[in-house]
Amino acid sequence: MSIWSYANPRKFLETTAPWVPWLMWLSAAVLAVGLVWGFFFTPEAERFGSSVKIIYLHVPSALMAINAWLMMLVASLIWLVRRHHVSALAARAAAPIGMVMTLIALVTGAIWGQPMWGTWWAWDPRLTSFLILFLFYLGYIALWAAIPDPDSAADLTSVLCLVGSVFAILSRYAVNFWNQGLHQGASLSLDSQENVADVFWLPLLVCMAGFVLLFVSLVLLRTGTEIRARRIAAMRARARRAEPVRA
Amino acid sequence: MPVLTGVSFRLAPGQGLVLRGANGIGKTTLLRTIAGLQPQLSGSIEGAGERAGYASHADGIKPALTVTETLQFWADLYRSTLPEEVFDLFDLADLRDRSAGTLSAGQGRRLGLARLAVISREVLLLDEPTVSLDAFSVKRFASFLRDHHLARGGIAVIATHIDLGLDLPEMDLTPYRAAPEARGGSDEAFL
Amino acid sequence: MRALLARDLRLAVRAGGGFGLGLAFFLIVVVLVPFGVGPETAILARIAPGILWVAALLAALLSLDRIFALDHEDGSLPLLATAPLPLEMLALAKALAHWITTGLPLVVAAPLLGVLLHLPGAAMPWLLVSLALGTPALSLIGTFGAALTVGLRRGGLLMSLIVLPLYVPVLIFGAEAARRGAEGLPAATPLLLLAGIALGCAALLPFATAAALRVTLR
Repeated sequence: MSIWSYANPRKFLETTAPWVPWLMWLSAAVLAVGLVWGFFFTPEAERFGSSVKIIYLHVPSALMAINAWLMMLVASLIWLVRRHHVSALAARAAAPIGMVMTLIALVTGAIWGQPMWGTWWAWDPRLTSFLILFLFYLGYIALWAAIPDPDSAADLTSVLCLVGSVFAILSRYAVNFWNQGLHQGASLSLDSQENVADVFWLPLLVCMAGFVLLFVSLVLLRTGTEIRARRIAAMRARARRAEPVRA
Repeated sequence: MPVLTGVSFRLAPGQGLVLRGANGIGKTTLLRTIAGLQPQLSGSIEGAGERAGYASHADGIKPALTVTETLQFWADLYRSTLPEEVFDLFDLADLRDRSAGTLSAGQGRRLGLARLAVISREVLLLDEPTVSLDAFSVKRFASFLRDHHLARGGIAVIATHIDLGLDLPEMDLTPYRAAPEARGGSDEAFL
Repeated sequence: MRALLARDLRLAVRAGGGFGLGLAFFLIVVVLVPFGVGPETAILARIAPGILWVAALLAALLSLDRIFALDHEDGSLPLLATAPLPLEMLALAKALAHWITTGLPLVVAAPLLGVLLHLPGAAMPWLLVSLALGTPALSLIGTFGAALTVGLRRGGLLMSLIVLPLYVPVLIFGAEAARRGAEGLPAATPLLLLAGIALGCAALLPFATAAALRVTLR
């Protein structure tokens, strides 16, 4: 059986709906473990004080802000190539989640930045990139909301997602070029874990896993909601059309 | 979502077809589909495409251009020349240099229809071409279709409510209306 | 394509075409800035490249919704779409017409307004070149945004929301080139990057615009 059989909305719903509550509980549990471990059972870093503990929210949300857009890009491509409705609806479902993740990353960044740099906001390349990413999410969601026909909306937002991805990457490099900032480099990313001691690294990994689980369960939940909404609309349209035409 | 199902016809050079049916039955949808503006859900359309000229109920007239400029634009866009006879055929000779914004509804419609003589396409897809034309202009347009288009081997598919007096075969679309449970369309996947 | 370009230019310069509105807007924004930040020469000279770039960007944005909206309202768009001109070329012609009627006048007027803002003379050529390279990209991106929102109610506001984030790289490299020129730093790198973006937009965006038009025409 090919993976594409799950592209059938009914099959998708039947398969994923029973999993959603379990995934929700699992992500809540993993997040609770990660955050409690990170907040209460790690030593305070010498240079950063206790404010460093916000990384357990900041880093995973920033990670998911980008991954959500990547997921939307893949889903948009699948919709454009294979015309699977579930794919388009999943992209639509992921957008607000990605936007909120971006917002969390921005707000926690500001809260962390205040004691660290003495300012709530700096036009640092990473912060600026996330602000621009936030604007991209805003435009994408607004376009979905503005187009009445769902298929046209899926087509146009997919094209916007494709073009937007290229421009988002361009913006990332443009912003880097424009201002070399004071951000923490890549010391908190996967490729340079030796920079962060294991005591911080392990709870951070747990938090990242929790955010991934949270994202997956929210996307599945919201996609299911979108599918049900489309079903209701389709049934209503059918019922209307079943009435005789007044000539 | 499906509008019409099972519609099938074939037209030889010189033949025309009049589409009939109540408002909202799908005449415009059918013409737009043949013109390639929207995809068909199933089936095939052959021979239209690059050979088709489409006229919707809107004429796309720019008030800031004169009558001659409007027609010259379409001639240039279709890489053809503006034939002098067009002005006489559509009774526009006196209006040549008038700006299209000052034309009456009927005059504007005549200008819109004159485009069809300029672009010289073999297959004409006409959506309510006679709206806002007076009886005399309708007759003129009918004779244009007969003598300058069909007689020269052209094909025409016309959606109209009135009788053009051309003795063209008619096709009532009412029996082809898609049933509510018809398959196809994007809703299908959700039910 | 030439026929469509000629028609759009003719429509723009005739009565009601809105030609010059963008230019007037550009002028007004630039005149308002000193009222906001004070008349000191040093401050104005320092922010002049950025102000001119942002004002040019907003002026270009102002006229975007006319690109397809009028053709959509009067029914020209389906007629143009069934013409032998490919939709990609239609998109390119529309963007070109937009650039000639708004972008080009902005480039020409920029030195004059630069004088108002005390832009150093050495920066003038850099500003001109950056605008000349950047405004076509603004028109191409804007045409794409306009195609996405054709026929939507309140499409203009939505279009701004979609187009402005896409303008970020052009703005950054364009203003950076002008700023570096003003400070006497080497400005070739941002200019080359800007030219790269403009060429990339010209090569690829008409396809995205045509794809969007195909959907909105359905």
